[in-house]
Amino acid sequence: MSEQTAIHPLYAQLISKFPDSVVRDDRAGFNGVVVQPLNLLEVVKELRDSLGYDYLSSVTAADDFPEERLEVIYHLFKSVGGAPAVIKVFLGREEPVVPSLTPMYPGAELQEREVWDLYGIRFANHPDLRRILLWEGFQGFPLRKDWKEPLYEEDVKPFKSRWPEGKGERKELLNPYKDNVQYPREFEPSTVSGDVDQAMYKSLEYSDDPNSRVIKTDQLVVNLGPQHPSTHGVFRMAVVLEGETIVNLKPVVGYLHRNHEKIGERNTWLQNMPYTDRLDYLAPMSNNFGYAITVEKLMGIVPTERAEYIRVMMAELTRIASHTMTTGFLLNDLGAYFTPALYALEERELILDVFEEVAGSRMMVNYFRFGGVVRDVSPEVLKKIKHLVYNRLPRKIDELDKYISANEIVRTRCEGVGVLTADDAIAFSTTGPNLRASGVPYDIRRADPYSIYESLDFDVCTHDHGDVYDRYRVRIDEIRQSIRILKQVLDRIPEGPIMAGKPQYATKVPAGEAYGRVEGPRGELGFYVVSDGKPNPKRYHVRAPSFINLTSLAQMCKGAKVADAVTILGAVDIVLGEVDR
Amino acid sequence: MNGFGILKGLWITLRHFFDTYLSEFGRNRKKLPLDDQRGMVNSPGLFTIQYPEEVLAAPEEFRVIPFLVYEAGDYDQRKYRCTSCGICAKVCPTQCIYITRKKDAETGKPIPSPEEFYIDTDKCMNCGFCAEFCPFDAIKMNHDFELATYERGETHIFNKEKLGKPVEYYAKIRPVNYALEVAEKAEKAEKSTAA
Repeated sequence: MSEQTAIHPLYAQLISKFPDSVVRDDRAGFNGVVVQPLNLLEVVKELRDSLGYDYLSSVTAADDFPEERLEVIYHLFKSVGGAPAVIKVFLGREEPVVPSLTPMYPGAELQEREVWDLYGIRFANHPDLRRILLWEGFQGFPLRKDWKEPLYEEDVKPFKSRWPEGKGERKELLNPYKDNVQYPREFEPSTVSGDVDQAMYKSLEYSDDPNSRVIKTDQLVVNLGPQHPSTHGVFRMAVVLEGETIVNLKPVVGYLHRNHEKIGERNTWLQNMPYTDRLDYLAPMSNNFGYAITVEKLMGIVPTERAEYIRVMMAELTRIASHTMTTGFLLNDLGAYFTPALYALEERELILDVFEEVAGSRMMVNYFRFGGVVRDVSPEVLKKIKHLVYNRLPRKIDELDKYISANEIVRTRCEGVGVLTADDAIAFSTTGPNLRASGVPYDIRRADPYSIYESLDFDVCTHDHGDVYDRYRVRIDEIRQSIRILKQVLDRIPEGPIMAGKPQYATKVPAGEAYGRVEGPRGELGFYVVSDGKPNPKRYHVRAPSFINLTSLAQMCKGAKVADAVTILGAVDIVLGEVDR
Repeated sequence: MNGFGILKGLWITLRHFFDTYLSEFGRNRKKLPLDDQRGMVNSPGLFTIQYPEEVLAAPEEFRVIPFLVYEAGDYDQRKYRCTSCGICAKVCPTQCIYITRKKDAETGKPIPSPEEFYIDTDKCMNCGFCAEFCPFDAIKMNHDFELATYERGETHIFNKEKLGKPVEYYAKIRPVNYALEVAEKAEKAEKSTAA
């Protein structure tokens, strides 16, 4: 991309409004505007209040090593749909500070903490800036390019020691810290003493207002999790209780953290594909989809038509599997221990059988490639899917609906619990069924269509109360819409190749950046990638929907009872593989 | 009426229980094709497979730990198809493949054959990239998932001997792929003789 493309009218407008502080990002392959850190708040205020960019989707950072520069990247959207406004802030490597957007968009809270955690960029005026994915005693900021990871042999894969002289030794175990400069040689994690959670408990107490007490009782901090079946994995809620009522709540995450993004930056482009399966492990096809379309955007290739149909088919099957399971496990959280969950798992099981036949694995599918999919769907499998879509699934969903929706226990426990208003939902950057249950008809398949969704006929399901019951209703409705989509896809699927170009393991990706997003079962799954033309991504960021949906958890739980917190969490529907990354 | 919901819920569970029992009664899953083993569309009850007494047949594309395909030569010699080109080791996302290239003992020149071939199965994530990108059809994904051992150090690093499987085994677990491969090779051979 040597010639300068025409500037987007939005950016032109911003530059003319703030000529001193806003410039265009004119690196080849990049877009958006660069804002001076001190003027960030007024530019974003203009975007939000005058131009309608009320939805802050993603906050992330990148390291321009070897240049002495870090950048913070914001993607803002309109909640009525459309393309993003990309705002960047350039910072020095020493003591970088940028004003926090959390007062303006509460949805930035956890994301800014993540950037602080992994990049060491300080957000001024952030209400609670602590590490989030890593523990408090951690040394250094791992996503900075000059940070060396222990245990690993080289910065990028493939490692040189594997071929032609591979000896089959576990070399990385011989020298765990190697040339990691941050850890002192004698550093031993087990000797670190002191309560690393102190800062977290402190932050809970700060927000406690003694005048608001209703009952004359001590406030009590209770940790729900991390080892607790109601938390759907290793998730912990630190809850301040007054009697049974929740006064304040902090989500504590990171127990499953493996620094997916660091791994992603070490991998080659293609090697990342199987790793994305492990993000939201209940919806692996959607993760593949998001990553594939993002890199394709950067490469400028378009998948073949049959591949597009297969992709949509798989993504919708995943949505059905994930939503039925969520519904089943919501009942688990209500106390119907495992019987409804197992009934829901039946349908998932049959869908996973299809994945197993098509992709070779039930969960870790690794099915998508840049420009298509890895192998064709045979006529027998299509017949199987047809059976599911026309016979079994509609019947079973109706059954589920009949049993659950009118059940008096479900209704008393779910209606009016965990309410999130439409304005709050947008401000907290909530996505997916949670956003639509609050009455915001925002579905990326319609708001910013990708693949073949534009040509398909389906409704965006919304409900208006924003409570747990409506979140459940939205999911049931969405399953029905997915079945509707699948019927159209099965009717129209064309013959032809499943891959644009030849399959190759060394993918050439031109320099530039891309932000791609898909509507996964949990909401907006975004991938932000930066390439510098090398075989490995320079920056690989995952905007995980369930992580960002957790931002509003405290808001939903305040004033509710302890037992309701479990239900609310169940309806938010988190997957820890994605939250902790 | 309050309380009715509980009774209704219990009734559903009870009905499922009897449905499962009746649909299981006198049924021999082993003889049914894969589709019907679960009673896909019509089963009213649960369709639990009683593993390990019954095992659901794996579909052809199912993949766990790779194996190396060899053709049997004279005196039980194994002629591995692998040429030690190293593509699998390069494409492997977890970098669990270690190959040593064979060298001529006298001249020191590389010979297209692996001297040693290791896969660290603790790291292998069964993604199937090695089999997908191997230009010589020398490495394929296995179906055998019963891999538990009592020792988790050395036994989890598979060497060439342990990874090797005869070509007949490959033909058995992946008949469709194997037929395609044979047809492709025949076509190539025809072309080269014509030219």
